Amino acid sequence: MSDSKNTANEKASFLSDLDQLRTVHPAWVKSIQTSYAAKFAELELPNRRMEEWRFTNVSPILRTSFRTAISPGAPATEETVAPFRYGNAAWAELVFVDGFFAASLSRIPSGLIACNLAEALEKHTDRVEPLLAKQVNGTANAFNALNTAFLQDGAFVHVTADAVVPAPIHLLYVNSGRSTDSASHPRNLLILDRGAKATVVESHVSADMGARYFTNAVTEIVIGENAALHAYKLINDSNEAYHLASTHVRLERGASINSFAISQTGKIIRNEIKTLLDGEGAHSSLKGLYMTRGEQLVDNPIAIEHAKPHCTSWIGYKGVLDDKSHAVFSGKVYVHRVAQKTDSNQLNQNMLLSDKATIDTKPLLEIFADDVKCTHGATVGRPPEELVFYFRTRGMSEAMALGMLTYGFADEVVNQIGVDEVRERLEKFVFDTYSPIPG
Amino acid sequence: MLEITNLHANVEGNEILRGVDLKIGAGEVHAIMGPNGSGKSTLAQVLSGNEAYEVTEGGFTFLGQDLLEMPAEERARLGVFMAFQYPVEIPGISNAYFLQAGLNEIRKSHGLDELDALEFRDLLKEKMDLVAIDHKFADRPVNEGFSGGEKKRNEILQMAVLEPKLAILDESDSGLDIDALRIVADGVNRLRSPQRSMIVVTHYQRLLDYIIPDFVHVLWRGRIVKSGGKELALELEAKGYDWIKELVPAGVAEDEG
Repeated sequence: MSDSKNTANEKASFLSDLDQLRTVHPAWVKSIQTSYAAKFAELELPNRRMEEWRFTNVSPILRTSFRTAISPGAPATEETVAPFRYGNAAWAELVFVDGFFAASLSRIPSGLIACNLAEALEKHTDRVEPLLAKQVNGTANAFNALNTAFLQDGAFVHVTADAVVPAPIHLLYVNSGRSTDSASHPRNLLILDRGAKATVVESHVSADMGARYFTNAVTEIVIGENAALHAYKLINDSNEAYHLASTHVRLERGASINSFAISQTGKIIRNEIKTLLDGEGAHSSLKGLYMTRGEQLVDNPIAIEHAKPHCTSWIGYKGVLDDKSHAVFSGKVYVHRVAQKTDSNQLNQNMLLSDKATIDTKPLLEIFADDVKCTHGATVGRPPEELVFYFRTRGMSEAMALGMLTYGFADEVVNQIGVDEVRERLEKFVFDTYSPIPG
Repeated sequence: MLEITNLHANVEGNEILRGVDLKIGAGEVHAIMGPNGSGKSTLAQVLSGNEAYEVTEGGFTFLGQDLLEMPAEERARLGVFMAFQYPVEIPGISNAYFLQAGLNEIRKSHGLDELDALEFRDLLKEKMDLVAIDHKFADRPVNEGFSGGEKKRNEILQMAVLEPKLAILDESDSGLDIDALRIVADGVNRLRSPQRSMIVVTHYQRLLDYIIPDFVHVLWRGRIVKSGGKELALELEAKGYDWIKELVPAGVAEDEG
């Protein structure tokens, strides 16, 4: 654990890179960057004395002197990116290499307002300025502040009123593996105006599964009245990568978000989602799956704030933990006094495949309204013996039974994914990981 | 085919089977009847290899092989099958996938080629028709959301696909209405063959109107206390299980206290 006198050293490399940041952006952007740089300098770095980080030891990130590239390196080739595309020409695809937008590798269908944030800061100021850095709910942590201080690139998507984006928008973040110990701070802003509908697939991948890098992402999402967003996030970083992310969602009256967060690979992953139900009848469904192995640490902190009446929220996360891996889950639901008729449910189910794997799971309900329905549940365990026995009476070995039961457990989440390309690729990942068929 | 000798078995420290003797020849259908708690399901579980049940004395052989030390999956590969009284639900694994994996394990153990997905699909459809199961069940997770009757039929489908030499049907009639019962029984009857023996465990005579057994045995307090032909089932139905108590040797009744 870092004590405060080390904190200065741990911040040093980030702060020196911040000094190099010569932004060409408008004054209002500079002022955001400057004030968050000051916040980062002030804020205590996350450590295990903080309740929200109690089970999540990020000191390996702080011990490494990650350097943030201030400008893009040489452009990446199509070859680097191709394996991670979904191969459907109807999709919009915004490609980022080592944190920077790669226009030549991206594809934006005409009629869709989507570009990198750097461009949006200039071209879409009227929409960006009122929203940017305003959706970060609750106390910002030092990493969020750092992201905002470095705010320069990421994705911007704006779906106008009643528009329905016909195919998914893929935000593809590729680590090229060309530099070691690099940090990037992707910043995304997604806006759906009243009645709009869109599907966004955000994937994080690496061309080199051994590369060490640090992704520190912040995403802000504003979903207008009766608008609906399907959001998929797939974390498939290198085995040595660190990925910290915060997604802040604000939903207006009748709006909905359906989110799937899938953690596949990466050394330390913390994928926070905070949803603010800020209009009557809004709905938030957050589902997730984490599959941890080796010494991976995966943390999924979820926070739902019911600020208006008649909103519904569902949190359903499943985890399969193997080897010496560690997963953390927290489901915080805050119901304001005015948020009557809130219907909120959460379930966190974990399958432990090894005696050395650990899960820390906790629900936290703070309810100030009196006419609400809030449930929570968590399970931790191995597949029940009676299930394994059933397989064995059909000629299958115990190992095969466990493989199939694990596959079935995880696939139950994957199965619900509505985008065929995403579901099929994930099914293959789950199948290959738990190899239900030997040989 | 199956020879059970003086079988004693415990579950959670309680002795449930107290000396069962039974011989079953190829192609024979034996019904085992008895009141609740008589040990019928324990016998089925012990035969199929559930390690929660401990055999304390005696044993059984199948096709001349001692099964006692053999794990459940090897018994299955040898041709022992149990249709469960309470089939479990397996989320996320389709019926087709589950059965293909099981069948291929059994085939491999006999040195046969594995069936690929297409070959298996054809076989499965044929077997589904045989036991009157809608083809849509192929892609549904095993038993998940199935009604009681559908679960029982699904067990018979599994038997049809795996083609065991010895099928143990553990209360395959329980919880079924008469229509569902008839479908299950029809499925079972279509699978009767001179090479396949069956043990039909049931509490009620009703099932035996549809699956006509060659022999009927009454299990009471862990022992077979009476054996006979199919007419024994009718006699039991008419007289009730209390009648059995009068039949058993004095010694058996006494040690029950």
